[in-house]
Amino acid sequence: MELLELLTWLIPVGPLAAFAVILLLTAKNRTLSFILAWAGIFIALVLSWIVSFNVFGDFLADGHAVAEEPVRVHSSVAWLPIGDYYGDPQGSAFAAAGDEAHGAEAGDHGAEEEGHHGEEAGHAVVPDETKSGTWFRMGVAVDPLTAVMLFMVPFAVFMIFIYSVGYHNFGAQPGKFLGIPNHGMEEPMFSRFFALMSLFGGAMLTLVVADNLLLLFVGWEIMGFCSYALIGFWYARDYDSPKRLSPRRAAVKAFMTTRIADVIMLLGIVFFYRTFGTLNFSAAFTPESFQNAIQATAFGAVGLGLMAMMLFSGAVGKSAQFPLHVWLPDAMEGPTPVSAVIHAAAMVSAGVYLLLRIFPLIAVALEAAPGFGWTIAFIGAFTALMSATIAVAQYDVKGVLAYSTISQLGFMVAAIGVGAYIAAAFHLITHAFFKALLFLCSGSVIHGMEHGAEHVHDHHSDPQDMRLMGGLKDKMPITFWAFLIGGMALSGFPIVTAGFWSKDEIFADAWYNFLEGSPVGLFVFIMLALSAFLTAFYTTRQLALTFAGKPRSPLAEHAHESNSYMTTPLVLLSIFAVAAGWFGIPDNFLGTDGIFYNYFHHFVGATLEESFHVLYELHLIPHEIFTLPFMIVPLVTSLVVALGGIYLGWVMYARKPLEEGQPDPMIGILTPALHNFLHNKWYWDELYQAVFVRPAVFFSEVIAYELVDRTLIDGILHLVARTIFGVGGYVRRFELAVFNDGIDWVKDRFLDLSREFRTFQSGKIQEYALLSVLIAFVFTAFIMLVNAGILNGILN
Amino acid sequence: MQVIFILISAITLVSGIMVVTNRNLFHAALYMMLSFLGVAGLYVLLENGFLAATQLLVYIGAISILVIFAIMMTRRLMQTTESPFNSQWVWGGAASLLLFGLILVILLQVFTLDPNSTAAILPPAAEEAIRDSVNTLGVSFVDAEQYVLPFELASVLLLIALVGSIIIARPDVEDDQA
Amino acid sequence: MIPLSWYLLVAAALFCIGLYGILARRNAVAMLMAVELALNAVNINLVAFWRYGNPSQPVGVAWAIFVLTVAAAEAAVGLALIISIYRQRDSVIAEELDILKY
Repeated sequence: MELLELLTWLIPVGPLAAFAVILLLTAKNRTLSFILAWAGIFIALVLSWIVSFNVFGDFLADGHAVAEEPVRVHSSVAWLPIGDYYGDPQGSAFAAAGDEAHGAEAGDHGAEEEGHHGEEAGHAVVPDETKSGTWFRMGVAVDPLTAVMLFMVPFAVFMIFIYSVGYHNFGAQPGKFLGIPNHGMEEPMFSRFFALMSLFGGAMLTLVVADNLLLLFVGWEIMGFCSYALIGFWYARDYDSPKRLSPRRAAVKAFMTTRIADVIMLLGIVFFYRTFGTLNFSAAFTPESFQNAIQATAFGAVGLGLMAMMLFSGAVGKSAQFPLHVWLPDAMEGPTPVSAVIHAAAMVSAGVYLLLRIFPLIAVALEAAPGFGWTIAFIGAFTALMSATIAVAQYDVKGVLAYSTISQLGFMVAAIGVGAYIAAAFHLITHAFFKALLFLCSGSVIHGMEHGAEHVHDHHSDPQDMRLMGGLKDKMPITFWAFLIGGMALSGFPIVTAGFWSKDEIFADAWYNFLEGSPVGLFVFIMLALSAFLTAFYTTRQLALTFAGKPRSPLAEHAHESNSYMTTPLVLLSIFAVAAGWFGIPDNFLGTDGIFYNYFHHFVGATLEESFHVLYELHLIPHEIFTLPFMIVPLVTSLVVALGGIYLGWVMYARKPLEEGQPDPMIGILTPALHNFLHNKWYWDELYQAVFVRPAVFFSEVIAYELVDRTLIDGILHLVARTIFGVGGYVRRFELAVFNDGIDWVKDRFLDLSREFRTFQSGKIQEYALLSVLIAFVFTAFIMLVNAGILNGILN
Repeated sequence: MQVIFILISAITLVSGIMVVTNRNLFHAALYMMLSFLGVAGLYVLLENGFLAATQLLVYIGAISILVIFAIMMTRRLMQTTESPFNSQWVWGGAASLLLFGLILVILLQVFTLDPNSTAAILPPAAEEAIRDSVNTLGVSFVDAEQYVLPFELASVLLLIALVGSIIIARPDVEDDQA
Repeated sequence: MIPLSWYLLVAAALFCIGLYGILARRNAVAMLMAVELALNAVNINLVAFWRYGNPSQPVGVAWAIFVLTVAAAEAAVGLALIISIYRQRDSVIAEELDILKY
């Protein structure tokens, strides 16, 4: 095995091994645990950067070679024999599928497959040339897109790891309370935190280096579990206010919401495999394979669009796009480093990364069925604007950032919807850096505020409420400057910051799309411009509320700068939050020629350049990878919205900072009704509660429980008991109703009654097993009857 | 050949039925050993002596003994007067028969039971391949391109099962603190 | 020669016998024994397909070995669980073990 291949394989191993070792061996020793976690991610960082810079070096040395062979590192092992690898001489029902798979895996990947096949033939007594490639292979691959992710992910995660040590007050007096924050004391579940974070990092790296959808999905799901475990890290915490979800419920909410998306995505993966005969990205996305696939699926290219939408659904859940965005704000209940790792480096990026990975498929879908592209663009643009408006009216310092994350992810998704692959990737990277920075800064602010709360023994004020902050600029200077840099990058402060360049590129792509005659381009452009304006505004508002003026509460009065574990990552990330953008300055910026070179564009573009060229020739996709002409409209727009938003925010909040007890001037401008609407997040949670949760509860309590459990399983046996119980309950209810006829009371009795009935559900495994067998029998018989054509008359 | 096959199968199936119907649990375990022996016989007929030997060692030598231990350790409650079946045994039987019928239907769609039809018999493989099968199997377990990973995982699984069953079956912690 | 379908038939019958045991026996140890029968049925299938398919490739036998491994692990853990439950509740009757429900 080539050295680089070996290194790529080893990238996710460090954090995963750290997870296992911490969990099994060193959980008692906190110092050793965090050092192990650091070591794991640091090894991953070094390996990733070696691989990443190697690919980049290849590109600098010979750009065309990279474009011709974008997968620079590829290695896979035969994992599962599938189809008729061992085939029978007569041929069987599987033979057709096997040949199809073989056809799909031809192309530029073919040579490699043959090579591996040769090795296998050493053991196989009867090598069968026509049946190579019907192993399901698991492997790693690095192309330019992977390389930039490998540059960003481990670095951001490593920074968060360093920060976490300070955040959990390492070295302070050990805390006594499990499952709730121990302010100012060392977290008692310190080792567990680092174990889970390591697993999270390892899963993300697995996902990034995966060369096929299944391995990607494995990393994806491990992250789903880790997010559940980490959002609910303070599982014993409860709030008095019913409006605020406790961490453990937030964890369940996040897990369930993403689960909906993951199920659809899994179906998409199955569809993908049926169509392409492989899950390997580079083998599936070849022009020949696309042509085969269009002929193979029942609906042709539209079928590919459907597949793209199913996979897109997975990204909608993971990247918190409308309508599955509701989990992300509640995910703020986890410790702040968790928020940073979920919202910046790992989880939400994974959704967009998936979209970038399957972009050739999306591009084909865009051409064949523009409606799918419009859906993606609409969801992205709508999410961007909606969450930007919500962020304007939030007071929670992390809440603003949560909604800004959703909004920025909306930018990326909208960019993909208009076909701006590179712009989306660029924004993904820059956003990851500055959003990680912002989250860590907000964590530092909260930490300072909590310290103040300890100092004045105030345990009721919310240390995350921006209305109680103010004047932290002098008390927390490093945090302030880092926050300022991150905030300006998020606002898209011109020329200097990374956010400007990446947003500008998205604007340019949307505008160009419009100039080519697509109204969707204009729609996306306007929506995103409005969102960018609001982004600049609420970021300035946040900065001003937090840092400007005088302290508005004793908490802020006694806040002080965080320890150096926390401030060091802030400084390091600040550098990237600014400098990351300089690699993506357009070639022809301001009409110049030859001064700037858009490294990012050409490097990431090389991933798809060749295959897109061929696909374009075949009229399967609308565009090749190309360099946009310089356009003045998007540039001016992005300057105006960024500076305008910052100016407006400065006028409203910074020029005359809020006094203690003074209400937010925004309420006056927006009218209280609209402000409430925004502050309550457009009432999405309430809507979902009414539309989905209540009916589901109703269904499970009444339909599923009454019909299936009670009637079907227990049936006659319990009928008598139920009748007596029902009559008894009725009599009891009647008697008491004479004395108390409140409506609530009737409802309560119904609840009690159903609770009593619930005990009829048997809990006996053999009954469940019997039911499973019967269901399996019915399904199998049904499929058989369908296959035999017996049901044709009924079904048609 | 066919006579031997039918004989062995009959032993396997009849003792299998005895396993699930016998009132006396200890006898059931003995029948289970007989049934396993029949399966080993089928392996011999299928020209895989290695697996037949493994069957004898693992199933009859280890698992059956384990089951018998468990029966003896929980014997206090084994009253032979009670029915060996639970309340849903009719349904269970019906479900099993239905499933068997279903499998039979599917089987007959693909294969035929007629021993003389050529379509019924897939071509037997080369003598040499059969003779080398143990060797091939051994190599495949240590070959990075084949099953070395599942093989190693299986060993970890066994280790976990070993440790886990000791922990589960251990008396409560309070006892050894006293 | 014995046709492949005969082996499959025997395996199907053995599997259904095991299934019946799982569904209908009261005693948890007996259920576990029935599970072992069902696993054996699967192994017969695997080995038969190996023999009548392509015996030069060890895939069927390798699967059978893994099934055997899992069966061993399952028997060890399952019986440990039964003994543990027996110690707690003085019962190994599967129908009575429904506390998880409450």
